[in-house]
Amino acid sequence: MTSAGIRLTSARNPRDGAAPLRARLVRRGTPWLFTLPAIVFVAVFFGYPVVQNIVMSFQEYTTSTFYSGHAPWVGLANYAATVSSTMFTTTMVNTALFTIGSISFQFAIGLALALFFRRNFPLSGFLRSLLLLPWLLPLIASSAVWKWLLDQESGALNEFLGLFGVDPVPWLVDPTLALAGVIGVNIWLGIPFNVAILYSGLQGVPKELYEAGSLDGAVGWKAFRHITWPSIRSVVSVVLVLGVVYTLKVVDIILGLTGGGPANSTQTLATNAYNKSFVEFDFGEGAAISNILIVVSLVFAMVYLSISRREPAA
Amino acid sequence: MNRSPAARRLPMTVLGVLFLTVMIFPVYWMVNSSLQADSGAAATAFFPVHPTLDGYATAIADQGRNFLTSLTIALGTVALTLVLATPAAYGLARFRTRGGTAFLLALLVAQMIPAMVIANALYPMFNSLFLINNVFGLILANTAMGIPFAVLLIRAFMGAIPRALVEAALVDGAGHLRAFVSIVVPISRNALVTAALFTFLSAWSDFLFALTLTSTPEVKPITLGIYDYISANTQDWAAVMATAVLASVPAGLLLVLAQRYIAAGAVNGAVK
Repeated sequence: MTSAGIRLTSARNPRDGAAPLRARLVRRGTPWLFTLPAIVFVAVFFGYPVVQNIVMSFQEYTTSTFYSGHAPWVGLANYAATVSSTMFTTTMVNTALFTIGSISFQFAIGLALALFFRRNFPLSGFLRSLLLLPWLLPLIASSAVWKWLLDQESGALNEFLGLFGVDPVPWLVDPTLALAGVIGVNIWLGIPFNVAILYSGLQGVPKELYEAGSLDGAVGWKAFRHITWPSIRSVVSVVLVLGVVYTLKVVDIILGLTGGGPANSTQTLATNAYNKSFVEFDFGEGAAISNILIVVSLVFAMVYLSISRREPAA
Repeated sequence: MNRSPAARRLPMTVLGVLFLTVMIFPVYWMVNSSLQADSGAAATAFFPVHPTLDGYATAIADQGRNFLTSLTIALGTVALTLVLATPAAYGLARFRTRGGTAFLLALLVAQMIPAMVIANALYPMFNSLFLINNVFGLILANTAMGIPFAVLLIRAFMGAIPRALVEAALVDGAGHLRAFVSIVVPISRNALVTAALFTFLSAWSDFLFALTLTSTPEVKPITLGIYDYISANTQDWAAVMATAVLASVPAGLLLVLAQRYIAAGAVNGAVK
């Protein structure tokens, strides 16, 4: 594709003595020569699936569709079936708990650590960079490790608790505990991201503000409330919104740790969409659920866009 | 606070090491139990007193081929992503057009769309194109997810290249493409490396496309290999952890070799 592009431009280069009209056309066309391949690719492999997913959500799209090519139009039946099922309530509640639980702890711990590492002390830079490691591991590798750590019989956490006389806790096996377990793992995964972004936000707060503030008696908690927090507020909103959007689409961790079980206690919108399409092979209903997921994500995306638009002015 | 001697700040270091220990413990445990033959049997020792590579032998015997599959997919994704994203980033940074702005906005929104949505519609599409259970199919899917981030990251960098530099080359008779290849690309090396590293890491870690778009042992990325282990409720944790360690090697290398790129990339990618 590129080599063809090279030949095209050099042949049409106005400096090769082409007519002025052609030169003008080339000048108009040049930006697109650079951008068009990516636009076409994204349109085919990203745009088309998004549109196709909307179409599928109005169809009865099952395994037989792959053989017959038939996908009867069913209107809103997939959405109706989704919303009226008891599963929908379960997954919505789980998704909300998973998202709110993950984000609030990730953010609070992440901010505390970012504030801590901002105070330069020996090895602070080194320790802070090691802290990023959990973020870079493949999610499914982290899931495997945590499944092992939380193993009821011989997992390290229960062994550790056993030292204090605590009976083995069925972290991922008990329907009342599994969601908390999965949220705990997701908090661990999200802390590095929160620290990294919040730390860079803190670096942007001018030192003079603190010097001036200390003259007015703003130190400690007061300095945080009146100087730090207002200065990093836009970074905070970005972290929170991105965190929500990323958390909503988590599948790896849940499938790896519990597979959505036990008794659907860790099933979220995203894992349920996967189940409908790729376990039950009801692609129509799967599409409907993932479209609901998109709508929820896009609401937060809008918030994000409006924040990042305002950013330069702030 | 800043003028206090290093010794007075030492308790902070101790506290920092403590925090880090808690955060890094799972990673330590992964390495630790990968080196113990009887992981999963009785109690796993806190330290591999009698280290053995049995777990790694099993991991490589079971999953060696899957590592190669993942490597092929990740490298292919990096190549295709850079070939498409680099010129696009330049086109968007240098020529401001209305269409370009719309495309940028679409890329920003695209980053928010769950991969689940794409997988759901890619399956029927790939099914009719014979791209299921196909390395190239996974490269295409991962590239689709990788392009938005790569374009936004590289464009942010290219926007800062002085216009005069490129215009001088154009005056000297170079075409737009010559100027792009011989001036813009070399200057943007750091941004390209960052984009390549992140693309590699996300394609290497991809689980959802592997799970939905493959079903045969012939084409099985390593993430799916790990998933097979843990969903089969294996008790040979040494082999699982050894596989997890090997699958984490790229991340570790990245952290050691490219610390600066990561910090820059994280901030650019997320905040801008």
